[in-house]
Amino acid sequence: MVVGIRLEVRHPEFERRGRLAASRPPVQCHTASFGASLNIRNFSIIAHIDHGKSTLADRLLERTGAIGAREMREQVLDTMDLERERGITIKAQSVRLTYRAMDDRDYVLNLIDTPGHVDFSYEVSRSLAACEGAVLLVDAAQGVQAQTLANAFLAIEANLKIVPVVNKIDLPAAQPERAAAELASVLGIDPGDVVLVSAKTGGGVDELLERIVRDVPAPPHRPDQPLRALVFDSYYDAYRGVVCYVRVVDGSLNDGDTVLFTATSEKHHAAEVGVLTPRAVRVPTLGTGEVGYLITGVKEIDRIRVGDTVTHAGQTAEPLPGYRDPRPMVYSGLFPADGDDFERLREALEKLRLNDSALVYEPETSRALGFGFRCGFLGLLHMEIIRERLEREYDLELVATAPSVAYRVTLTDGSVKEIRSPQDLPGADRVDHMEEPFLRAMIIAPSEYVGTIMELVQTRRGVMEHMQYLSPERVELIYHLPLAEVVFDFFDNLKSRTRGYGSLDYEPHDYRVSDLVRVDILLNGQPVDAFSTVIHRDKAFQYGKRMVERLRKLIPRQLFDVPIQAAIGSRIISRETVKATRKDVIAKCYGGDVSRKRKLLERQKEGKKRMKMVGQVEVPQEAFILALQVDVDE
Amino acid sequence: MTVATGPPDAPNLADQASDWTAAYVHIPFCARLCPYCDFAVVTGRDQAAPRYVAALRKEMGMEPEWGPLDAVYVGGGTPSRLSPEQLGSLVDDLRGRFGLNDGVEVSLEANPEDWTPRLADGLREVGFDRVSFGVQSFDPNVLSTLGRAHTPDQAAAAVGVARRAGFRSINIDLIFGTPVETDDSWRATVDRALYLQPDHLSLYALTVERGTELSRAVAAGAPAPDFDRQADAYEVAEELCRAAGLVHYEVSNWARPDHGCVYHLITWAQGEYLAFGTGAHGHRGGVRRRNVRRLEAYLDRVEGGIRPVQGTEALDPWSREQERLMIGLRRAAGVVPGPGGQALLRSPWGERLKRAGVLGLVGGRVAVLRPLLGDEVGRAVLALQPGER
Repeated sequence: MVVGIRLEVRHPEFERRGRLAASRPPVQCHTASFGASLNIRNFSIIAHIDHGKSTLADRLLERTGAIGAREMREQVLDTMDLERERGITIKAQSVRLTYRAMDDRDYVLNLIDTPGHVDFSYEVSRSLAACEGAVLLVDAAQGVQAQTLANAFLAIEANLKIVPVVNKIDLPAAQPERAAAELASVLGIDPGDVVLVSAKTGGGVDELLERIVRDVPAPPHRPDQPLRALVFDSYYDAYRGVVCYVRVVDGSLNDGDTVLFTATSEKHHAAEVGVLTPRAVRVPTLGTGEVGYLITGVKEIDRIRVGDTVTHAGQTAEPLPGYRDPRPMVYSGLFPADGDDFERLREALEKLRLNDSALVYEPETSRALGFGFRCGFLGLLHMEIIRERLEREYDLELVATAPSVAYRVTLTDGSVKEIRSPQDLPGADRVDHMEEPFLRAMIIAPSEYVGTIMELVQTRRGVMEHMQYLSPERVELIYHLPLAEVVFDFFDNLKSRTRGYGSLDYEPHDYRVSDLVRVDILLNGQPVDAFSTVIHRDKAFQYGKRMVERLRKLIPRQLFDVPIQAAIGSRIISRETVKATRKDVIAKCYGGDVSRKRKLLERQKEGKKRMKMVGQVEVPQEAFILALQVDVDE
Repeated sequence: MTVATGPPDAPNLADQASDWTAAYVHIPFCARLCPYCDFAVVTGRDQAAPRYVAALRKEMGMEPEWGPLDAVYVGGGTPSRLSPEQLGSLVDDLRGRFGLNDGVEVSLEANPEDWTPRLADGLREVGFDRVSFGVQSFDPNVLSTLGRAHTPDQAAAAVGVARRAGFRSINIDLIFGTPVETDDSWRATVDRALYLQPDHLSLYALTVERGTELSRAVAAGAPAPDFDRQADAYEVAEELCRAAGLVHYEVSNWARPDHGCVYHLITWAQGEYLAFGTGAHGHRGGVRRRNVRRLEAYLDRVEGGIRPVQGTEALDPWSREQERLMIGLRRAAGVVPGPGGQALLRSPWGERLKRAGVLGLVGGRVAVLRPLLGDEVGRAVLALQPGER
């Protein structure tokens, strides 16, 4: 399926340097740690996708001398191929910049990068928890977008000082004043306070650095308090094990300390602490307010929880707010197209999970697709990324079942069950009622598209919470929408209806009682589990009809008539028939045709090998993929 | 007395044919290119015919000794573009080099518009006793769509001329399922063909072959043949042929008793045959061989004393067994089961095909009972592994 949300490919330099550097032997740092937290500024850059966050980060690195301009270009060229595949920002990173400000004093600027997509807003909020300030970036041509607002809200919730910035002022279509006015009105500030920059040309970047120093508060200086450090991210390094990114909130973290991870109650030895400049530089101590890394030698990523609070063993410290399990929102079955690849799929998932604790999976068996895994994802983009990585990095060919959400089923005996796969739904006689997850979705678009957006949301069972004009031309709409309706092509639809100008952000909201049914698709009388779906009753017929029509076109004619039916329980709601093949033979076979005929049949036979047998029906692999594809036109 | 005595679908005939021998001679010249044809043909090159005939004779001289032959088949292209003298010289050379058995079948393909009493008599004189006419249809619309030059009446007349000249066996080729054809016009075509009392009838579904004018037209949006309508046409023809006393002995072929085509029977029995001319395919000593397809390349090679072989293919024993089934099962007589047939019957595919009534065991032989689904069986055969028993 196509996800309309563009993957944000961050500048590869950032991530690569951070990771490679950390896997190299650290350089001992002899300069004293900036003990005085007065000189520290911890901040993030937050922005809607494509508003120039990564470019600005690069520019800051360059301007503060962390990376030379020449070096940066060369490195990018050297590692492009590798990085293109790994450059999707789903992980937070941090880098320590040293900056001599106009006041002639040296400052430590810890730039904590954030992922750029709504699927990962939880990670964004974790990163923000490690900061005192946030640079809120808006594209001068596009103005305030849904994620601009969503991110601004997260920053405000985290009590951060916001430095408003309009970027891309060099663009011909730029309207910096308008964008600044929108930003100012959203934040309730004076438009004159908005910094105008061009991350591309570097214009305004100096002013921005000054503003960061001036406006972002220094972290509170509490060196004597018991240690509390927030783990705001972690990654797995093949040589060094799990590397934690930490922000020291209280006290100090020293090389060699015995530390306690509060959430897991695990005690570990701080084998190494350091900062990323972006090269990993070992330091003896991370003081209050500082940001750096911690290596304990732990090899299993599961044992370190992002959001956990690190303290000294033997001390009691109130855990910092922050930890919650990343909760999958979308589930899909992933099956190897070639059943022999099951083990390879398992290994690949294990490896991906090392760096992505939000990815969950458990074995699943499908009669139609064989052995595979039911996987949980943070959202559609996350799902798309994982699938793409499995296919590209691990060379697996996959069949993915329709994405579904977790339904809450209350049985007649009063017990409540969470259903993540349509197969798990108990029979209708045992179900008292069902609930489905709703989102609170924010849509921002030019006001001329309000009508078409309302129409779209209505077809998706959305309920409006409110609507407000950000400016005479732009409107913000807040809806409550079933997640299941957003999972399918909602964003693509929104984009096409608004000619690309509409933006979307959402957060999980609540569970609501819904009239849900399971639609099964039967081939030759046999249900095909891969095609079953849980859906609102009003949409069941439409789904069933669409699936049987698609399958009629996708399933080749067989030796016998193949009925294709959609059913709710035992009630058939739609039916098509693939008529039996009547002619399948080459007309001529004489002296010259023997070899040719054999080669032709060999080729056709290879095609047949790739078919799965479902209820005596040969179903081509493509039929599974295409039938489950979401088409915006429909 | 031909070697193919008796009903054309007789099992013994089917099996014996594997020991017979034949020679195929390809004549690539055509007056025009038919839009559906993907054979090795040339147009506007008739002036090269003497050179080509000489090359053919030279190529026959390069073939190691073999024979004697039970069948000679001159196909094309359009063999009837050549003179009886030219064609006769080819038959003479084959006789001289390989020998012809008593009752040899000497067959050629001819277009009705070329067919005159003079040509027919001339061909009889040089030894031809079987002729296969590319009639294709008796519907003028279909004929013009297929790019054929003759009229329905010319085709009918040609059969009469051949009969009077004393040809022992006369075949009519028809093509069904051309999109302009109607159910009625097809029925009328078959009726008219049967009225001419041919000894042999070949009915071919119009097939879109790669690289043909037809395939380009279809790609550009012209209607493609409809397989369901072709199935209808086939069933109609089957019925009419049966009523006329013709025996359905291969997917696309019907014949009166004693008129099974020897050359074709050899092919379907995985027998061996020599091949001469552009694009010709031979099978000798267990090796399949194909000649270069282009006229110039062929002439250059042969005139330079080099055999014009483009490639050869020697199959391993199991692949040969699969091939035996693949082609042998095209016949109504089916095949002796052998290791391949037994494996097929026991395979999951064989089971499916049996259940669907496509495959069966008839009188101890494996046979395809629904010839229109023969390729399903062919693929199942090719999917068999040597170890399967």
